[in-house]
Amino acid sequence: MQRTAEAVLIPVGALCAALLLFGVFMLLVGKDPLQVYALIYKGGFGSSFAWQSTLARAAPMTLTALCAAIPAQAGLVIIGAEGALLLGGLAAAAVGSSVAGAPLLVQVCMALAAMVVGGAWVMLAGALRHLRGVNETISSLLLNYIAIALFNHLVEGPLRDPASLNKPSTLPIGEVNMLGNFPGLDVHLGLAFGVVFCLLCWVLVRHTSVGFALRIVGGNVRAARLAGLPVGLLLLGACGLGGAAAGLAGMVEVAAVHGAANASLVAGYGYAGVLVSFIARHNPLAVLPVALLLGGIAASGGQLQRHLDLPDASVLVLQGIAFMTILAAESLRGKLRWFTPAEA
Amino acid sequence: MAVDAAQALGLWGVPLAVFGGAIRASTPFIFVSLGECLTEKSGRINLGLEGTLVMGAMGGYGVSYLTGNPWLGVLAAGLAGCLLGLLHGVVCSLPRVNDIAVGIGLMLLGTGVAFFLGKPFVQPRAPILPALHLGAWSSIAQVRAALEVNVLFVIGALLAVLLHWGFVNTRVGLVVRMVGDSADAARAMGYSVGRVRILSTAAGGFLAGVGGSFLSLYYPGSWNEGLSSGQGLMAVALVIFARWSPLRCFFAALLFGGMGALGPALQSVGVTSGYYLFNAAPYVLTLVIMAASCSPRRTLAGAPGELSVTR
Amino acid sequence: MSKQDVNGDCRASATKPSAVPNTARREIVRALAVAGVGSALGLPFMPTARAEGKLVVGVIYVGPKDDYGYNQAQAQAAAALKKLPGVTVVEEEKVPETMDVQKAMGSMIEQDGASLIFPTSYGYFDPHMLKMAEKYPKVRFAHCGGLWSADKHPKNTGSYFGYIDECQFLNGIAAGHATKSRKIGFIAAKAIPQVLRNINAFTLGAQSVHPDITCQVIFTGDWAMPVKEAEATNSLVDQGVDVVTMHVDSPKVVVETAARRGIYGCGYHANQSALAPKAYLTGAEWNWTTPYTAHVTAAMSGAPMNNFMRGGLKEGYVKTSAYGPAVPDVARKMADGVKGKMMKDDFVIFKGPLKDNTGKVVIPSGTSRVQTDVVLEQMNYLVAGVVGKV
Repeated sequence: MQRTAEAVLIPVGALCAALLLFGVFMLLVGKDPLQVYALIYKGGFGSSFAWQSTLARAAPMTLTALCAAIPAQAGLVIIGAEGALLLGGLAAAAVGSSVAGAPLLVQVCMALAAMVVGGAWVMLAGALRHLRGVNETISSLLLNYIAIALFNHLVEGPLRDPASLNKPSTLPIGEVNMLGNFPGLDVHLGLAFGVVFCLLCWVLVRHTSVGFALRIVGGNVRAARLAGLPVGLLLLGACGLGGAAAGLAGMVEVAAVHGAANASLVAGYGYAGVLVSFIARHNPLAVLPVALLLGGIAASGGQLQRHLDLPDASVLVLQGIAFMTILAAESLRGKLRWFTPAEA
Repeated sequence: MAVDAAQALGLWGVPLAVFGGAIRASTPFIFVSLGECLTEKSGRINLGLEGTLVMGAMGGYGVSYLTGNPWLGVLAAGLAGCLLGLLHGVVCSLPRVNDIAVGIGLMLLGTGVAFFLGKPFVQPRAPILPALHLGAWSSIAQVRAALEVNVLFVIGALLAVLLHWGFVNTRVGLVVRMVGDSADAARAMGYSVGRVRILSTAAGGFLAGVGGSFLSLYYPGSWNEGLSSGQGLMAVALVIFARWSPLRCFFAALLFGGMGALGPALQSVGVTSGYYLFNAAPYVLTLVIMAASCSPRRTLAGAPGELSVTR
Repeated sequence: MSKQDVNGDCRASATKPSAVPNTARREIVRALAVAGVGSALGLPFMPTARAEGKLVVGVIYVGPKDDYGYNQAQAQAAAALKKLPGVTVVEEEKVPETMDVQKAMGSMIEQDGASLIFPTSYGYFDPHMLKMAEKYPKVRFAHCGGLWSADKHPKNTGSYFGYIDECQFLNGIAAGHATKSRKIGFIAAKAIPQVLRNINAFTLGAQSVHPDITCQVIFTGDWAMPVKEAEATNSLVDQGVDVVTMHVDSPKVVVETAARRGIYGCGYHANQSALAPKAYLTGAEWNWTTPYTAHVTAAMSGAPMNNFMRGGLKEGYVKTSAYGPAVPDVARKMADGVKGKMMKDDFVIFKGPLKDNTGKVVIPSGTSRVQTDVVLEQMNYLVAGVVGKV
């Protein structure tokens, strides 16, 4: 009970502190903090429209965050979600535009292709780590840049739809194969993919022997070897699963938003996912509220720009302050005396 | 005009461009990676130097514009970086706080504050740093241009040597390394691990800030929000690539800067297909070298024992 | 959502205070405070009713609105709108071409009451703007680019674009007179028709001065890559190029680097002469105030939307920067002469016989492709004399 209370109250308190600090910053640049708060509330959370906007922005991050969170269980710091998303999206678009059949079948094929390609791409970093001892953080970062180059080369070269003149794209997957919205809402079904994937990963990590083994590897590789665990397999599997999640995010972007793969997919969702994962302490369940928070701040950024003439960077400043305070507040864990049963 | 009598260089332009690019584009990589090297030697990783770099670029340009003196700008950039480093160092000294995560937060904060406060400096032109004309001996204009070297590049090179020497031969260097290799040993010797790490991170931030000022005050030499395309993040990665040796950091930065010039240079001599792939050359090359030179058997030589990423 | 709605929401939830726990009550109190403050300050939240003679215009940019280039050119027009009576402008910058832009448009409409939207980036059109146009049929969407077509797209959408290749041709004339090496350069982001048309017009303009001039192209691969653009400029100078122009989002770096290397530059998107007063020859600039004002006037009077707006120098959609000191009189006279003909629709840039740089005839002898010819919008070649490959 105490732990749950702490797990909620500490981040919420930190968030309030962050808002206070941001208010001071706003005061320093000559804006009224109360007005700023009102606009943040209005833009991100103040109405059903605002909530839908927040949810839609959070959707891709729920999936890309897993690309960092799952390998992190095994002690790997992977920042390769961006590359996996792009190549996954490209694979999905290629399959979606060439497979004929019922929309559901096409969508399943797209999702599978995206997950396989995304998974394989991140597995490359895992394999380099396991077989060659190459640091996975740097290799996954390098793989992002390589993936962007490959993506652009293919989209503007061999896979280009000749009809896409000034916006080079792959062939469209077709209107019938698009993922729709939740009934009555303006939020696409990709969000459900993210939520389900997060829940599944949480069960895997916390409640199965595979998850337990992963965490042993993450805690101490030598101990894991001594215990006879297949370390290499676990590392590769974690990378593959994470990459599959990011690849699926690419498929969702293609199938629910863009309808084809093009340079608009390079939007930084992969890097945002890394951020979400770290703030969520790599807990697949905590990924959901953190992604929501990030989506909400992003949604309110428009209000700040439009009504206070603040630059787009206000959002970055607020996110930066919020994450610094949330992280710093972690040190308070177990120290909040007034929650101990004796005093309650 | 500088090129009036000069003949086009033809294919020789490619190696010259790579050489010139190495000198022109490498300086931010040198400073950021040396700063990060110092921080990591003390056992902490600061992934937020991208934010520091951008902050330094903005601060340096802004101060240069306001005071008319680009060197004051460089100093201001360093101090701004130092502050961000201090913030990282202090927050990470709290119990249970993950240094990589704080670095990511800092990346956002630094970039955000820089973009926010940098709006008024996008339009005006600030005085920029002068170049040393090391190529004055040559009659070829292109060679003269390639050898236009900024003082910061020279300082960066000297700094790499100095850091290399300092880690081995000075008391301070030994203390930093000891703190990075074994916090317990350092504590047993009576050193404050936290303080050493905070100071190392702040000093690393200073260097990264200076690296940022090079971007805005020399090459490309103006301030705008697209100025850094991830150089700070890449420079942090280069430290691991260089296996925590300041000298190797310097050469890695040169290699990386030079390879970045390859794509445009090839196009300028008529090799025009697949430019996306040529532009990815620096990343592919780095990956290949790492895969070839690493080994799963031994831990990375030179890796600080306390570093979370090298466990 | 209006001020009243905020208050209304809060009142509704505040009617059952006893049932809610302490923390929730605090939430409500805060929300009430927020809403109260909002009304007390009289936030410029949006018109509660769409009164006659009032119009809220939303403008969305893909990059920073002060980039010395593409977005700045749009923002200048938005700034001009702000001076019109009864017009309120709400702006949002750095909006990526993803779900974000759909939500930004939605928010401008739902939360700010905007009824005319300018999504200014090319990639906003399909699917983002089309989707929003379907959802909000009463709102007008004016997109920058040439994509609208009557048989495919809804009537509440439209596109405006300018024939800026006219100005690039004039850039080419200035460059043709300035170059001594007879080699000029073009730094381009991507090999797409719009960009290729500019490269070709620039080259043809220079060749109208000296037919043997060649133009070296470098593609950087993306719209804003400052270091790569600087490297590209340096590479071109090393190859003997002595005048450059560009088609990237922010031409600042190229113009400044060119000036530092002692060569000339022609501008693009906006006026960059202040960055390099001596090295700047002239520039191709947008003048978006013309289509912006037309759309606003129509929206305010309730006149039907002009879905397809195009224009060049003559219609005032584009303009040229004033000549720099390095442009000699003979060049000014020639460029002004051509400009005068363009203003009278008396000049054709792309006319046969025209060969591409692989030797293929792309426009046969006797054919003239005037600016409005849609074939030009599918340009996929570089004319003879351009060094580079699509």
